[in-house]
Formats: sequence, C-alpha cells, structure tokens
Amino acid sequence: MFWEVVINLFENFLVTLELFALTLLFALPLGLIISFGSMSRFKPLSFLVKVFVWVIRGTPLMLQLILFYFGPGLLVTVAEQANYNNFFIDFMRDLNMADPLVTAVIAFSINYACYFSEIFRGGIQGVPKGQQEAGEVLGLTKTQIFFKVTLLQMIKRIVPPMSNEIITLVKDTSLARTITVYEIIWSAQDYIRNDGLLWPLFFTGVYFLAFSGILTLLFNYIEKKLSYFKV
Amino acid sequence: MPLLEVKNIKKNFGKTEVLKGISFSLSEGEVISIIGSSGSGKTTLLRCLNFLETPDKGTISVNDEVLFDGENIKNLKENKIRENRLHFGLVFQSFNLFPQYNVLDNVTLAPKLLKKGTNEEIENNARALIEKVGLLEKIDSYPCQLSGGQQQRVAIARALAMNPDILCFDEPTSALDPELTGEVLRVIKGLKESGSTMIVVTHEMEFAKNVSDKIIFMADGVIEEMGTPEQIFENPQSEKTRHFLQNSLEKL
Ligand SMILES: Nc1ncnc2c1ncn2[C@@H]1O[C@H](COP(=O)(O)OP(=O)(O)OP(=O)(O)O)[C@@H](O)[C@H]1O
Ligand SMILES: [Mg+2]
Repeated sequence: MFWEVVINLFENFLVTLELFALTLLFALPLGLIISFGSMSRFKPLSFLVKVFVWVIRGTPLMLQLILFYFGPGLLVTVAEQANYNNFFIDFMRDLNMADPLVTAVIAFSINYACYFSEIFRGGIQGVPKGQQEAGEVLGLTKTQIFFKVTLLQMIKRIVPPMSNEIITLVKDTSLARTITVYEIIWSAQDYIRNDGLLWPLFFTGVYFLAFSGILTLLFNYIEKKLSYFKV
Repeated sequence: MPLLEVKNIKKNFGKTEVLKGISFSLSEGEVISIIGSSGSGKTTLLRCLNFLETPDKGTISVNDEVLFDGENIKNLKENKIRENRLHFGLVFQSFNLFPQYNVLDNVTLAPKLLKKGTNEEIENNARALIEKVGLLEKIDSYPCQLSGGQQQRVAIARALAMNPDILCFDEPTSALDPELTGEVLRVIKGLKESGSTMIVVTHEMEFAKNVSDKIIFMADGVIEEMGTPEQIFENPQSEKTRHFLQNSLEKL
C-alpha cells in the first residue's frame, strides 16, 4: 500500500511539474516583454503596463485562477444570448472546453510574468549608467555594450530574486487544485475521501521539498558561478 | 596648429544654460587643467568632448577635421559619433571598470572588439600599459579585489589602450581616500612626461599648478579666466578666480 501511494502520488506530481515547467516557459519571455513595456519611453504604454502589473500582483492568484476558469464560460453564455460572435468568443469557447490544466497554465503564466517583469526591470535598470558610458567612450557599439558589458551584470542581479520567485512557483502550483487540475494535492486528498488515509496528503510535502531542494541547489550553483565579481 | 580646437560650445539642459559658449584650444603634448566650483559645467564640457552629451551650438575640431558642428546636428549618425569618440578618452570620477572582467580583459576588451590589431598585439600593448600604471602584479585580479586607486589606474590603462589623441580626466581622484590620490596623480604626471595630450578636471590645486601648461577657470558655464599656472595662481585677474582660489586654499 505504501509504495502504491508513493508511486501514484508521483504520477500526479508530474502534473504539478508540467504546470511548473509550462508556466516558466511562457512567463519568462512574457515577463521580459512586460518589463520592456513598463520601461517604455512612450508614457501611455508604460502607464498601462504598470497598472496591469499592479492589478495582477495586487490580487490573489486564486482569484485570477477562478476568473480564468469561469470567465470564458460566462462570456460565451452572455454572447450567445446576445447572438454575438467573433474570434474572441470562439477562443473563449475553446478555453471553456479545454483541460483545466491549460487554463491554469494561462493564469499562472500571466501572474508570474508580472512578478518576473519587475525582477527583469530591477536587473536592467540596476546596472549603473556609468557602465554603458564607459563602453560608449571606448567606441563600442550599443550591441557590443549590451552583450559584452551589461548583460552578465543584469543576470547576476536577476538570479537571486528570480530563484526566490521560482521556488515560490513550485508551491503555488498546488493552487491549481481549486480549478480541478488533478495534481498531487488533490490526488492525496482522494485518499482521505476514499480510504480514510491522512498521511498521503502530508507525504506530498516530501515531493515539494525534494523538488525545491534541487532548485535551491541549482540556483546556489549559478550564484556561486557568478560570485567571482561584484556588481 | 592646435590639436584640439573647441569653439563656442553651448549646452542647455531644459531651461538651464550649463555651458554658455566655451572656446579653447590645445596643442599636442599639452596638458590643460580645468578648475572651478561645483556646478560650473566642467563635467558637462568633458562629456560634450566625448560625445556623451550633444552640444546645442559650437564646433569641435581635432587636427583641423571638424568632428562636430552645432549647425548640422541632424546629420550626426551613430557611426560617426563612435568614430569621433575614438579621438578622445575619458577617465571617470567613479572609475566604471567592467566588474566581470579582470584587469587584462578590462584593458583589452575594446581594442579586441574593435579589431585594433591581432590578439597578441593587443595583449602585449595592454601588458605594457598595465606595467606603465604599475599594476602588472594585479593583471589577473578583478576590480572588486582592487583599491580605488588601483581601479583608477586600470581605468587609465583601459582608456590608453584605444590610443586616443586626447585623454580627459573628470576629477580622477575625487572618489579616492586622500592617501590613494598620490598614486593616481603620479601616473598622470608620468603620462605628461611621455607626451600625452590631456584635459584634467581637478580640485587638486597643487597638482594643477605643477603639471599643467594651461589652466582654465570655469564659473557658471563660461571660461572666467585662462592662462599659465603662474598667471592663474600668482596673479589672477578676475575677482571670481581670486575668490575661488582663496576658498580652496582655506580648505587645505
Ligand atoms: N543630465 C543633466 N540634466 C539636467 N541638468 C544637468 C545634467 N547634467 C548636469 N546638469 C546641471 O548642469 C550643471 C553643471 O553640471 P556639471 O556636472 O557639469 O558641473 P561640474 O562643474 O562638473 O560640478 P562638480 O564640480 O560638482 O562635478 C549643474 O547645475 C547640473 O545640475
Ligand atoms: Mg563634475
């Protein structure tokens, strides 16, 4: 029975990992784009982006999940009653029918992209102006300055807050349970309901600990690799 | 024929006029020190010469070639600006070394990227420059392992590696502890002896007196007085100059 539970939990932990990996895959580039938006010299754009980031970071992820879960269905119903249709409504219809994992990936990606964007912004703006200028007076091109001077300094600034955020994401994935993503926590709760077993629920902690432990080691390694210089 | 000819440079930041028409010239091998109180526009002038700021008016010529003409700023392309910059070097008050590179790589980065020779030539030249500033034993160190004075000497070597016609210094010792200023000033003095053409913004009056061929005293965006060290320090004509020198003596 013990091993059966362990293996079953592991299988459902893979769903957790899938959500984690897909969120990173989408949220990292999206976060970079959002950070460029928030730093834009075109004021209306940077204002809009900042408001968006504020809303996403200022409301619970749980709420956003629920919105993405029920929102499309509601919209479709309203649109159908009004006999209204366009590609957006079609998209919402698809989303409403989709696997809740897809919905979760979308909500998580948007949420985490906003957190990442602030980290990117801090890393990019944190490099002193003097670094850019030192490159300029030596006659380097903008591209050379970016790749050979500032990029690594940005990465060094970004890694520590990014590692915090990514480890938080590992644990946040369990929120997907609220929109019926059958991940590890939910599968463990089934043991309570079906077999009266409580321990599997707590045993899920082992998986989270192990995974966040591996990530911590990985990030420590990267930080150590970059510790030969100070910014 | 002067190496550098600056004519009537003007620069505004918004409504504030920071440079109100600066003109001077500099011959090869000459050293000019620029002194003046805080906010008089010394840094802005150096930044204009290095094209970190674009002047609103005036001309900058090196070797009779007009690098900048305020009359047609629009034609100034990015590539042209970069070419212009190669005539000048700038040593910053806060060093601005590249923290992720060791001393050698800081000095070789730009010449290598801009293909100023074979890697071997560039590295040999860099070694010679690092020796000149007295840091050969630190050649593999990273900036964070160096004192401020050492960092500033690396910054000087880095600027020299691009072989500029004119090397500019913006208060090269202001960010240093007093006991470290000497080593940097000695390097600059050594450069003068080997014939470098330099413009040095400084608050070190003794140094300015001993090393410069010409002193420029700036006040409120204009050159209030210009002359040999003897003229400026022994026999200043302007009331403002006298006042400034008085004050900086009192501080000592
Ligand atoms: N980028 C800028 N934007 C607006 N004002 C500026 C800018 N740079 C300089 N100034 C203003 O221009 C004036 C001259 O500044 P600058 O830095 O050239 O003076 P300075 O002579 O180098 O002074 P210090 O001895 O303190 O270094 C100051 O009043 C400063 O506030
Ligand atoms: Mg200054």
